Amino acid sequence: MKRLVPLWIAIIAGFAMLLSAFLPATESLGETFGDVFNVVAAIAFVLGAGSLAKINLAKVSRKDQGWGYAVVTLVCFAITLLAGLGKIGVHPNPNFAALPWSGDKESEGGLFAWIYEYGLVPITATMFALLAFYVASAAFRAFRAKNVEAVLLLSTAFIVLLGRTFAGVVLTGWLPDWASGLRLENLSVYIMQVFNTAGNRAIIIGIALGVAATSLRILLGVDRSWMGSGDAK
Amino acid sequence: MKPSRNWIVVLAVVAALIGIRAFSGQGMGRVFVKAEPITVQVAADARMGTPAQSVSWTRWSAVPAKAYFAAERANPQQTEIQFSWARTMGLWLAAFLTLAIFSFMYRDNPAYRFAEAAIVGVSAAYWMTIGFWDTIVPKLLGSVWPNFVKANILPSLAEQSTVQVVAMWAALVLGIMLLMRLSSKGAWISMWPLAFIIGVTAGLKIVSHVESDLLQQSVATFKPLLALERGADGAVAMAPTVWLSLRNVLIVVGVLSCLTYFFFSVEHKGLVGRSARVGVWYLMITFGAAFGFTVMGRVALLAARVEFLFDDWLWLIDPSGKRVVETLSMVVG
Repeated sequence: MKRLVPLWIAIIAGFAMLLSAFLPATESLGETFGDVFNVVAAIAFVLGAGSLAKINLAKVSRKDQGWGYAVVTLVCFAITLLAGLGKIGVHPNPNFAALPWSGDKESEGGLFAWIYEYGLVPITATMFALLAFYVASAAFRAFRAKNVEAVLLLSTAFIVLLGRTFAGVVLTGWLPDWASGLRLENLSVYIMQVFNTAGNRAIIIGIALGVAATSLRILLGVDRSWMGSGDAK
Repeated sequence: MKPSRNWIVVLAVVAALIGIRAFSGQGMGRVFVKAEPITVQVAADARMGTPAQSVSWTRWSAVPAKAYFAAERANPQQTEIQFSWARTMGLWLAAFLTLAIFSFMYRDNPAYRFAEAAIVGVSAAYWMTIGFWDTIVPKLLGSVWPNFVKANILPSLAEQSTVQVVAMWAALVLGIMLLMRLSSKGAWISMWPLAFIIGVTAGLKIVSHVESDLLQQSVATFKPLLALERGADGAVAMAPTVWLSLRNVLIVVGVLSCLTYFFFSVEHKGLVGRSARVGVWYLMITFGAAFGFTVMGRVALLAARVEFLFDDWLWLIDPSGKRVVETLSMVVG
């Protein structure tokens, strides 16, 4: 019972979505299932938040190593949640001015927008920016032109990097017009439009085939690994 | 000197430099806002029993510093454009968080761990809030308690069909079952909504991936291997024809050879092996291009963060002319 019911729920929900793409009569059924899916997925955020609170509160109560950071996480979580759910500092929508809750949660001047602009954006953008150093450092350590494949990878990266900078334009700007295709900026565009397109296209086709096959295995009940306990056939 | 003492010296020097910067010239790291009074006349609502009333508030929008300087020069008593404490504190917080994350380049440290812990809490609450206002309120609460939602939050909420209402009650039940995951005894119940999520995702993914990836990418690969390009006089232009044809041939050969490499049902020997090897070369070029592209993207982000620090916070550069008026006024006197 504990495994059979979930299996049938997955099969029925999956085939309903699949059928709605092929039978116009079942299109609204697919939309309804999609709406239910979105709501359950939104409630899953509550589950995530509950889990986050549970783990961090346990850390604080046990006074584990670094429990102070768990307090920071909990405080930041609580403030952001309060600001967002309470729409603190948000003015009503001018079209429905009598309703104080009608304003956009992310409107300028609200606490939620303030946290997003001055907290979330700087940290995430800087973390991604930091990767520039680590990618360069890892590439410097790992990339060695040992064979044809490595030479191709290295030279392509070099051309694409240089071709998108001012240095690339200066370095090969002296080439005459009849050889302009060899200028780094043009070479970079050609690589992106031809070789990169071909490689990416094959990868995308491969992924699509893989996703379709895996999804079919789930819908037909062949793959049950998602239920845990190593029940995959 | 001990490492901690080194750090104190470095931080003291940085703090002194920031202090000097803050009190010299134009200063630094300030945000100005412009007041925009809004007054709305609300008609009487007989259904709710509320009389006609006038609702007003002030909307504050950020403006460049030069607008403040210009307004102050024109009228020192003006109050339309003001210094914003809240946004200035936000700017300094953003600068601190940016530097805290950058400090990881030296090594793991309390400032970095503080920023890391903060982002975990903030982003969890951020996405929960987005999910609540964008999905739970209009779809779930709008179906389950439509009158309450319409009267307080979304007056433009559309009428829901019976099927929609029933579906949303089912979603509510599934959502509550999902939350049972947090309980040790009833965790197995959460498998039902999880099964629903897995099933819907699988059904959606088959259609979307086959439709938008497999079919569209395959169709885009069917290109004429001899692409005739004609000039204004209608005659075949040789050079463009050769280039376009070569390009199409390279794309078709590339896709087929890469797919051959991914095809493991046949041993990669002979013609298949040679084709797969060409596929590997294409893939290496693709990965190289992706690497170059990624590095460029990250460097662009890095430049944006550095620009934030030097332009928005320290006011040492002014690429977009946010403070140019005062600079001119200083020159003119």
